[in-house]
Amino acid sequence: MAHVKLFDIAVARSGDKGDGSNVGIRARTPELYRFLEQNLTAERVKAHFHAICKGRVDRYEVPNLLALNFILHDSLGGGGTETFKTDAQGKVHGPALLHMEMDVPDALLPAK
Amino acid sequence: MANDKVVRVANGQGFWGDSLLGPLRLVDEGPLDYLTLDYLSEVTMSIMQKLKSRDPNAGYATDFVQLLARILPKLKAKGIKVVANAGGVNGPACLAAIKKVAQELGVKGLKVAIVEGDDIYGDVDRLTAGGEAFTNMDTGAVFATVRERLTSANVYIGAKPIAEALDRGADIVVAGRITDPSLALGPLIHEFGWSMDDWDRLACGTVAGHIMECGAQCTGGNYTRWREVPDFAHIGYPVAEVQADGSFVVTKHEGTGGLVTVETVTSQLLYEMGDPHRYLGPDVTVDFTTVQIEQAGKDRVRISGVRGSAPTDTYKVSMTYADGYKIASGIVVTGPDAVERAQLCADIVFERLAMHGAPVAPENRFVEIFGTNVCYKGIVPTPENPGEVLLRIGARGPDRKKLDILGREMAPLVTSGPPGLTGFAAGRARATEVFGYWPALMDKTKVSPRVTVEEV
Repeated sequence: MAHVKLFDIAVARSGDKGDGSNVGIRARTPELYRFLEQNLTAERVKAHFHAICKGRVDRYEVPNLLALNFILHDSLGGGGTETFKTDAQGKVHGPALLHMEMDVPDALLPAK
Repeated sequence: MANDKVVRVANGQGFWGDSLLGPLRLVDEGPLDYLTLDYLSEVTMSIMQKLKSRDPNAGYATDFVQLLARILPKLKAKGIKVVANAGGVNGPACLAAIKKVAQELGVKGLKVAIVEGDDIYGDVDRLTAGGEAFTNMDTGAVFATVRERLTSANVYIGAKPIAEALDRGADIVVAGRITDPSLALGPLIHEFGWSMDDWDRLACGTVAGHIMECGAQCTGGNYTRWREVPDFAHIGYPVAEVQADGSFVVTKHEGTGGLVTVETVTSQLLYEMGDPHRYLGPDVTVDFTTVQIEQAGKDRVRISGVRGSAPTDTYKVSMTYADGYKIASGIVVTGPDAVERAQLCADIVFERLAMHGAPVAPENRFVEIFGTNVCYKGIVPTPENPGEVLLRIGARGPDRKKLDILGREMAPLVTSGPPGLTGFAAGRARATEVFGYWPALMDKTKVSPRVTVEEV
């Protein structure tokens, strides 16, 4: 097992969705997608964003894109036009998710 | 052979305020058939509506006309057509401005189309009387709570009127509030003669538009593996090379910076995604779980196999309403215990606002102390004692003049607050209007997009 940040095994992008954000994460290989599909649960993402996301987290699988899509409800401090937050549109939620650390089997790690 | 036909559609502007270098370079640096440009957001619509109420010749994206003044002769020489949602809430005024520019440049025989019918701001009461509830589709709140404060109301119309304008010979199509992907889908319907119930092809064209709608965000911009992206400064804006079956290659012009890989393009496919099985558009419902994506050469990513189905029988309506004012201002706090002093400064400002007779209720106060993990709260460790922080103080309320006092009470902190404050050179902040966003749905049959084509 290797202890890695998701930065090493995936890419991500986020944007606003009403009063919440969406965070899409794409695994670097099909094997890593299966690993994330099993391990990167909505609960785990909610715990990661505990201080930012006040609502529930929904997860959608997009296996053809090796991707998972998370909706972080109530995570912008009010809607996009009304919030005071500097990150009014959840633009940094994508990279913020990639800060998550996980134990990944060595065999799954992409070549550097 | 007709089957070999490739149509090149580019997006040179991902949002109002995007770099002017995008469209200027796209028309210069490589082959192109259509240049699409996005100028609108929810807030923009309310600002444009307000400008139009003061001046009947205002209320469109003046940036677009200024851009045309620079590229029109080149567009004409190269046969590049333009599709932009620059009409805002005043397509006819935009058309008049384009005419003037064409005349000044001596460009003749230019056909300009405007697409209208999306702006229902003046029809809201009639539509309500006719049975449209305009219930907030996110919150379920009733429309009556915001009706009197409404500042804009626009229907997200689709690609069909764009295609119609091009069918009628338009070189430049200026629309109002159409969906972002429609800017690209319209030219494809026109070029390939796709039928409006050919769901799979419409789905392909929608995905092409979706990938390009934020400009360089699919060519390496905002890509989390940023060290792999060459030459950000000269980043290429996206070009989709589309074939009659709807499949397409996302690429960028040769010699430009940036990166087009399965990962940069997938990143943008995921942008603003909700349920991937049902991406709702006015012309088609797209199933993103059917998208096939592969690397097809350096800086070339091929997309195919996208499946679509019939759209819903409602249009999305984007409304905005006046919701008071807000103000925010910042100051730098340096030295030991910077965080403690930043918090003290915020307390002082709110106390002094009260002394001015302009108290701000706690729920309307907002304080961010940058340097303490504001954006990554709870995610990365917070520095214990940062040597400097940026204090950002905000407030909201119904009285603009009272909020403006906050802007005037920042600089005095330097001489009448704790030590170590600096960096207050930007001048006094002023309160700005807050526009609430009100998304709703309405019956499609009650909206009639119309196309006008004029030769200038």
